[in-house]
Amino acid sequence: MRGIGAAPYAGSMLTFLFRRLVLAALVCLTVLVVAFALTRLSGDLAVSMAGPNGTAEDVAIIRKNYGLDRPLPVQFLDWAVNAASGDLGRSYLYRAPVSGLIAERLPITFCLGLTGLTIALLTAIPLGIVSAMKEGTLLDRGIGLIALIGQAMPSFWLGLVLVIWFGLKLQWLPISGTETWDGYIMPGIVLAFSAIPALLRLTRAGMIEALASDYIRTARANGLSVASIVLKHALRNAAMPVVSVAAVQLGFMLGGSIVIETVFALHGVGYLAWESINKNDFPVVQAVVLLLAMIYIGLTLAADMMNAVLDPRLRAG
Amino acid sequence: MKPVLEIENLRVGFPDGTAAVRGVSLRVGRGETHCLVGESGCGKSVTALAAMNLLPRGATRSADVMRFHDEDLTRLSERQTSRLRGARMAMIFQEPMTSLNPAYTIGSQMTEVFQRHRHATRAQGMDRAAELLERVGITAPGMRLAQYPHQLSGGLRQRTMIAMALMCDPELLIADEPTTALDVTVQAQILRLLQTLQRELGLAVLLITHDLGIVARMAQRVSVMYAGQVVESGSAADLFGAPTHPYTRGLLACIPIPGKTPRDQPLGSIPGSVPKTGAEFAGCAFRDRCTYATADCAGTIPHRTVATDHRTLCTMVPA
Ligand SMILES: Nc1ncnc2c1ncn2[C@@H]1O[C@H](COP(=O)(O)OP(=O)(O)OP(=O)(O)O)[C@@H](O)[C@H]1O
Ligand SMILES: [Mg+2]
Repeated sequence: MRGIGAAPYAGSMLTFLFRRLVLAALVCLTVLVVAFALTRLSGDLAVSMAGPNGTAEDVAIIRKNYGLDRPLPVQFLDWAVNAASGDLGRSYLYRAPVSGLIAERLPITFCLGLTGLTIALLTAIPLGIVSAMKEGTLLDRGIGLIALIGQAMPSFWLGLVLVIWFGLKLQWLPISGTETWDGYIMPGIVLAFSAIPALLRLTRAGMIEALASDYIRTARANGLSVASIVLKHALRNAAMPVVSVAAVQLGFMLGGSIVIETVFALHGVGYLAWESINKNDFPVVQAVVLLLAMIYIGLTLAADMMNAVLDPRLRAG
Repeated sequence: MKPVLEIENLRVGFPDGTAAVRGVSLRVGRGETHCLVGESGCGKSVTALAAMNLLPRGATRSADVMRFHDEDLTRLSERQTSRLRGARMAMIFQEPMTSLNPAYTIGSQMTEVFQRHRHATRAQGMDRAAELLERVGITAPGMRLAQYPHQLSGGLRQRTMIAMALMCDPELLIADEPTTALDVTVQAQILRLLQTLQRELGLAVLLITHDLGIVARMAQRVSVMYAGQVVESGSAADLFGAPTHPYTRGLLACIPIPGKTPRDQPLGSIPGSVPKTGAEFAGCAFRDRCTYATADCAGTIPHRTVATDHRTLCTMVPA
């Protein structure tokens, strides 16, 4: 236990941050190697790019143009150094810089992911709190059942149902595209549905534990209002695992939204990845893998920092 | 004079079938200290929590009378009870390590009570908190207010809990082993503080303790609990001078002698252990450990009056 001389708030927060950043840098380096290795392990790139009708000559030209004839370490260093400076190479399919392709699509993916996460949190946290406060009652079980159904429902199916009802029958929402903001609602709901069950269960479990704790008994003994007891004192302590998992879920939403982007014809990063994998557009695949990994690392870092803000004990450690 | 806290025939049961409190009656008057003693697991904390309506979920509570001044505690809603708690009746818990919220500074937690009941500003709350930290013997209160519970030792946390309970000048203080983590000097300071508040503000104290030295020093009245019942109660003078129940006598026989018995030796070093009591348990729960036990002890035993305000639950005392 820290005694009288515990480090001041700002100092310990900085050490905490520094440690996390060093760790993140190491993970980045690993990802760089893996992203590179993955594309090289899947066979001779030049051959698959030349296609089934490519001649040996075509393959040789491609190999030369893309620098695939150089030793692997040289290729890696070249790519890594360029990637670090923002140059991710050129897409052979689009014949354009990869960074531009991604920059065009990233906002769509981000909007989609954030919409999904917001809907998920706004649903899961209140339901989890109510469920915990009414633990063991019919209401609690009802909410648990909803979560179970949500988990069992495939997203493409939910997507289609939503499109049919709200898009075609009721015509409340556009069925595709992102010209207006409401184009994000239906895909956002579909994304949220897959995240809600885990977030809800975590909120419920955390709140049940917090509500049974000694410090909540103290808060009640102090005559605090129910709102303060539940939202200020219990939720703050229950929130940490929720924050961590929400960050991971957002990562999933950003990287794994291929199905949803396809169903709703959104041209985001997921769709781009799908396309380039099919067409062997390896500079794009490499770049997308790298980008998603960076986003993951960034999100985990953000979650750790939020948890450090939530729990003073983490700052000291 | 009307008591501040009056409890008659309190019963508390847990879902697992334990009858933790079986018909406890006690009263605490204005400016008075009522000590609740008895060995571990006899239901002291559960009695205190029942009075504050802070029992864990699933516990059942019933009482013929449970009154705080003119408020019928058995009828108040949770909302109405919360207006009393922290403001007019306060409690210090037995678990100082876990009873403060790890996520907030102690200043923030102490201030919140004051703001809630006194409609004061945050600055006024901080001033009040600093004043009380000082009164429980914490130096540099300004620095402490900005610290989190994990930065405080057990003793400091316990003193913080005491200070927090006193924020709104309560009329009743229920203190469950409030000085276990403190050294003798600090303990003496806390006890003096309580006595001052009793004299100046008429604070009524229900004090739960294992330490018969504290009982001798603080108590006007004493209730001895055993297996969920008060087996003997009376003025401190009666209980120390003329104990009637074999369990009380056993406890007194284990009074620590300064310099001879180690401090913190558990009270009730009587051979045997407390039986688990369910709802259907009948007779004297102490009979298996009692050298005077007879066949009568298995039957129902009504309370006997030894003298005015001195009652016992033993067949040896003529009815
Ligand atoms: N949540 C609970 N569920 C079931 N039984 C409980 C619960 N809390 C307490 N009990 C039981 O109630 C009885 C009385 O417990 P209590 O905490 O009041 O003892 P105590 O007199 O305060 O002991 P100590 O001196 O160790 O603090 C014990 O037998 C205990 O096992
Ligand atoms: Mg206890």
